[in-house]
Amino acid sequence: MNSADDNLYRNSPRAWSLLGRVWVLGLLLLLSGAQVLAGEANPWVRLEADGLHDPKGGAIRDLQQPGEALAPLPRDVVGNMVRWVEALRTGVITPRTNILPDTKIQVLDLDIIYPNTGNYNFVRFPHKAHTEWLDCSNCHDAIFAKKYRGTTISMANILEGRQCGQCHGAVSFPLTECNRCHSVDSQNFAGKFGPQPVAK
Amino acid sequence: MRFVRLSTLCLLLVLCVPQAEAEYADVVLNRTAEAAGVRPVIYPHWFHRMRFRCKVCHSELGFVMRAGANKIDMAGIMEGKFCGMCHNGEIAWNVEHCDRCHSGLPGLKSGIRGGDSAGGPGYW
Repeated sequence: MNSADDNLYRNSPRAWSLLGRVWVLGLLLLLSGAQVLAGEANPWVRLEADGLHDPKGGAIRDLQQPGEALAPLPRDVVGNMVRWVEALRTGVITPRTNILPDTKIQVLDLDIIYPNTGNYNFVRFPHKAHTEWLDCSNCHDAIFAKKYRGTTISMANILEGRQCGQCHGAVSFPLTECNRCHSVDSQNFAGKFGPQPVAK
Repeated sequence: MRFVRLSTLCLLLVLCVPQAEAEYADVVLNRTAEAAGVRPVIYPHWFHRMRFRCKVCHSELGFVMRAGANKIDMAGIMEGKFCGMCHNGEIAWNVEHCDRCHSGLPGLKSGIRGGDSAGGPGYW
């Protein structure tokens, strides 16, 4: 480096600024890259770093870490990063259906297709996926009347945490996943609305 | 000067990237815990639903599906109600392991957590 260049870098504010920009940009890229890599490998936060558990408490030593428990399960992109229905159906997990010996376990295989979804896809509600996890009484008649269209369902209610939003957005897949419920193409729909056998 | 400004901006950007977040559907129970001198309870839905379907707690056991709506107390748990239906040393470990449930940071507010993009519905 000759003396003119040396002088430039030592004294020119513009050169300093340029150097600074390059340095900071590189650092930022490095940091974001590391975060993306870390997220892809294991998206679950460890308990001691989750902002809820007290790292000084005894629990951290004893409790199972989400990353260890959930990593073998079918991967989702939201919520717990687990496709819970698939996990159940493929037998990766076998959660108990009951504790009390006399509890009646009911699974209903009945779909409902709902119209009146504005200009968006119609909704297909699968009873099966829901009753594999839940009891009939969890929804009927506490949240929804048993009769088809006996309850007016609205996205306003759902977004407030009522109706479907009682679980979706809190514990089951969140409300960002529009198309998982709004799954029936309304433009090319030739079927009928309402309760119906599951299309095979 | 510009370098300092730029660095600060970048540092802020890095800090704004979501950091520590609870697991989706974690529930904080602190209606009585801290007032009674113990840590708030952290209830992990993910751990329990690997082992029990929703209906076990929300139908057989009768937990209302809203954080804070169930008046859970230790006396009831020891009598086999609430968490005590399983946490009795038979189905799951017993209530002597206080710290495993009472594991929260001081000052947490009751409610459902989890850093999902939906942010959780207002009614919760």
